[in-house]
Amino acid sequence: MTQMHTHHPKKAAAFVSDQARTTWHNKALWFVRQKRDKAAASLPEWEQLRDTAAQIKAHSLSNLDEYLEEFERNAQAKGITIHWAATGDEHNQIVYDILKTHQVREVVKSKSMLTEECHLNPFLEKRGITVIDTDLGERIVQLRNEPPSHIVLPAIHVKKEEIGELFHEHMGTKKGASDPKYLTESARLDLRKKFLDAEAGITGVNFAVAETGSVVVCTNEGNADLGTVLPPIHIACMGLEKIIPKQENLGVFLRLLARSATGQPITTYSSHFNGPQKGSEMHVVIVDNGRSELLSRKKFWRSLSCIRCGACMNTCPIYRRSGGHSYGYVIPGPIGSVLAPNKDLAAHKSLPFASTLCGSCTDVCPVKIDLHHQLLAWREEVVKAGKLNPGKRLAMKLTSWVLQSPQRYKLAGKCARLAMKLPRVFLYNPLNIWGRQRDLPPAPPESFQEWYTKNRDKNS
Amino acid sequence: MKIGLFIPCYVDQLYPHVAKATLTLLQQLNLDVDYPLAQTCCGQPMGNTGCSDDVKPVAEHFIKTFKPYDYIVCPSGSCTSMVRNHYKDVASHCEGYDHVSTRTMELCEFLVDVIQIKEINASLPYRVGLHQSCHGLRELRLAKSSERMDAPFSKVTQLLAMVKGIELVELDRKDECCGFGGTFAIAEEAISCQMGKDRIADHLQAGAQIMTGIDMSCLMHLNGLITRNGDPLRVVHIAEILAGTIK
Ligand code: SF4
Repeated sequence: MTQMHTHHPKKAAAFVSDQARTTWHNKALWFVRQKRDKAAASLPEWEQLRDTAAQIKAHSLSNLDEYLEEFERNAQAKGITIHWAATGDEHNQIVYDILKTHQVREVVKSKSMLTEECHLNPFLEKRGITVIDTDLGERIVQLRNEPPSHIVLPAIHVKKEEIGELFHEHMGTKKGASDPKYLTESARLDLRKKFLDAEAGITGVNFAVAETGSVVVCTNEGNADLGTVLPPIHIACMGLEKIIPKQENLGVFLRLLARSATGQPITTYSSHFNGPQKGSEMHVVIVDNGRSELLSRKKFWRSLSCIRCGACMNTCPIYRRSGGHSYGYVIPGPIGSVLAPNKDLAAHKSLPFASTLCGSCTDVCPVKIDLHHQLLAWREEVVKAGKLNPGKRLAMKLTSWVLQSPQRYKLAGKCARLAMKLPRVFLYNPLNIWGRQRDLPPAPPESFQEWYTKNRDKNS
Repeated sequence: MKIGLFIPCYVDQLYPHVAKATLTLLQQLNLDVDYPLAQTCCGQPMGNTGCSDDVKPVAEHFIKTFKPYDYIVCPSGSCTSMVRNHYKDVASHCEGYDHVSTRTMELCEFLVDVIQIKEINASLPYRVGLHQSCHGLRELRLAKSSERMDAPFSKVTQLLAMVKGIELVELDRKDECCGFGGTFAIAEEAISCQMGKDRIADHLQAGAQIMTGIDMSCLMHLNGLITRNGDPLRVVHIAEILAGTIK
């Protein structure tokens, strides 16, 4: 399940070549976007909530050190053990050490993008520990041995018929079954056994409240609750940006999160973990893994405000037509394309360009991250780092040179129009990417400027 | 009030009739319009590719060319946004930057906000679909985008409603991107064309006979697909409708 570094256009073209799947994927996600619109419209104060959330996040990130320490103090007072991890590997090692101390062989895990980011599953499995993802979508992609393609709907790219096949193979469901209710029920029963057998539960964290030292986990399936109540060890893994100052701030975020994610007024379970149960242990692993570097980047630090609602994916016309795997990063879509270059600019340089900069993501984002402006800013970083394709770089230099002079511009325009008058067989050659599916406009006999120059007197 | 007409380079070269319609429209309103011949382009192709160093000299040239005018009016939301929102990073040092970057306006917003136009002498007895170009919508805020939850408004629709006989059709996805996106149209050709085809299908299912918009770049991409596929949809720039140069 390692991440592949990828050239977005290639993967996207492959995805879109299956028209039926693309249409269905596009529609399914647009449906979620519409549900979000309805839910957001039901709150007259929606835009005010977004402003407030953005401000709280900006404040928290600007005072992150203090809030993290406050959180640590308050959590420790509740009997929670706090661990700090600078990298993904450190995080994995910490989790492994806890499990090893208790000789854990089987662990259940609810949805956590952070553990995906750190590649925790393969790390533990290599060391003999079985990890069972308990979120239904996560379970599906785990059985398929692939990463999630969406942060809220991890298996949105998989059709129910394919899930039927998969479950038949792994859980012995009826061959050819594709009824979602039957399949969900079967997965539930199968997972129930795993919950009972598990010796530890791992969860993500949606919000960590500095003032109380408690963590909040939101799920729709209740799997985080079952996975932490049954086994005697709970390990919650969080990126250090999950901190919010006060309990009362949750009122803002919980209202925005579920509405933005799925159009629900609130997630079915918003569980507040306030310390270990009697006879149990609770650990919180706080992970940096590139976040403080991101925090130091003037143009990009606000992307750390993300509450992982997935709305920017659902609304993105490119994501909807290219699928999450085309991004080749643990988090796809607009926010993924902003986060990935911080990790490895060279490997992910096609992502900032996998956008028309339409800005829908920015307007939908509940914490008002200026996603499309950050994508543009990352393009500049790609150029500055000398990683833009040399042909393109030269073309831009040349264009700039032409456009600095009215004479050169006039001449270039004339030549271009002349070239466009070539017979169709020459014009629509394999190098003409525009012309693969699109006609060029017919070239007019004269430019506006030429016409205006001739007719200026009549015009003034 | 002296107006400098800013015609984007590709409109100048490929769609002179749209530039003429814009000029005609402004002259119909008895405005003092001049087209400075030294103009070239706003620099957007380089800007959107991340080559801000290459934008700089082009932006400097633009500011020098247009600073004598009270308003700079442009029949493109995207190019207007380039000047208004993106020159600050490369050309804020130029003399005239403040003036030019605040006084450059997209045609429709100029008519609504500055001229406060109340009637338009044009008619178009057809069912028309409006393609909302993203930069006009979300960078210039010519209308409320569908994502936002504040009070609805649309400067472009407001103008079209003044055209006699026109029937604006209701689209299913009223402001989804067409997939042009400048170099995106080439770099991500497959997705770009899929997005365009989906927009066209939406206009057709809504019963549009004509598709219009404020940006010829989006329309060039859409019309390219329409022509290739022989779809029964005519594409015109909004200036042509407002100036009454199409029937
Ligand atoms: S960037 Fe905004 S819209 Fe996208 S997942 Fe994060 S919070 Fe949601």
